[in-house]
Amino acid sequence: MNASVPHIDVMRSQLGRARGLGAGGSGTAHWWAERVTAASLLPLSTWFIVQMFRLGGAEHKDVVKWGGKPVNATMLTALIITTFYHAQLGLQVIVDDYVHGKAHLPARILVRFITSLLGLLGVLAVVKLVAAGSRRS
Amino acid sequence: MQDIRKALYVGTRSDGRLIQRPMSPHLQIYRYRLSMVLSISNRLTGVAATGGAALGVFWLAAAAKGPKAFATARKVTGNPAGQLLLVGWLASVVYHTVGGIRHLIWDSGKRYEKEELNKDGPVAVGVTAGVSTVLAAGLLGVAAKRARAIAKAGKVS
Repeated sequence: MNASVPHIDVMRSQLGRARGLGAGGSGTAHWWAERVTAASLLPLSTWFIVQMFRLGGAEHKDVVKWGGKPVNATMLTALIITTFYHAQLGLQVIVDDYVHGKAHLPARILVRFITSLLGLLGVLAVVKLVAAGSRRS
Repeated sequence: MQDIRKALYVGTRSDGRLIQRPMSPHLQIYRYRLSMVLSISNRLTGVAATGGAALGVFWLAAAAKGPKAFATARKVTGNPAGQLLLVGWLASVVYHTVGGIRHLIWDSGKRYEKEELNKDGPVAVGVTAGVSTVLAAGLLGVAAKRARAIAKAGKVS
């Protein structure tokens, strides 16, 4: 095939081609989720930085004690879930923008996979810290 | 099947012949502007902040696993290379936050005129540099002080 001569390989109507490419359907849901998680992360990450002033350089037992407290565990879980959800939304846009063709779908799935696993690891670590805290008291 | 977006670049002329529709010019065509650096930086710092968050989760997992794993994590957070990484994470989060706040302001329809955008850009850089420096100095200072106190107490007991 001569690439310089314009031709159409895909025999579909203009509407058929446009379908699924635009913002119609789920487009605004992604946009809104990105903004809402971004706004939620403002207080959550501020809280985390304040906590790091309390914990910087701390020993293991102090970190375990800190993570086992219900309020800290709640804030941590919320921070972890929101962070990796927001990361997934953002990385998905980067994949959509820069990865084309056959690699697009696997890249998108990989982003979901990695961000979900990291989020799960964080949440389960918090769960274990809480369990350790309640066992001692 | 080929990327169907390519098909959308094929148009029909008024005489019925197929033509390649024009594409927008690429990066090197444009004159350098601060706004374009700030725009791509928001993406890059987002990726960097995700990497940092992954490290943060590993730190938390190490604490949950036990004293031995946490000692390994402390070796990373306690040495200069690790702390450089942490400062990089912090700066990325700070810039991504500043950039994100600007995006939220633009979404509400404000500060979106060309003059306003160009005026706010250097402010965003300044705020990021200032906040990052203060937080990094504070956090590293607190951590070093506490680590010293723990080491001292360990020797006494």
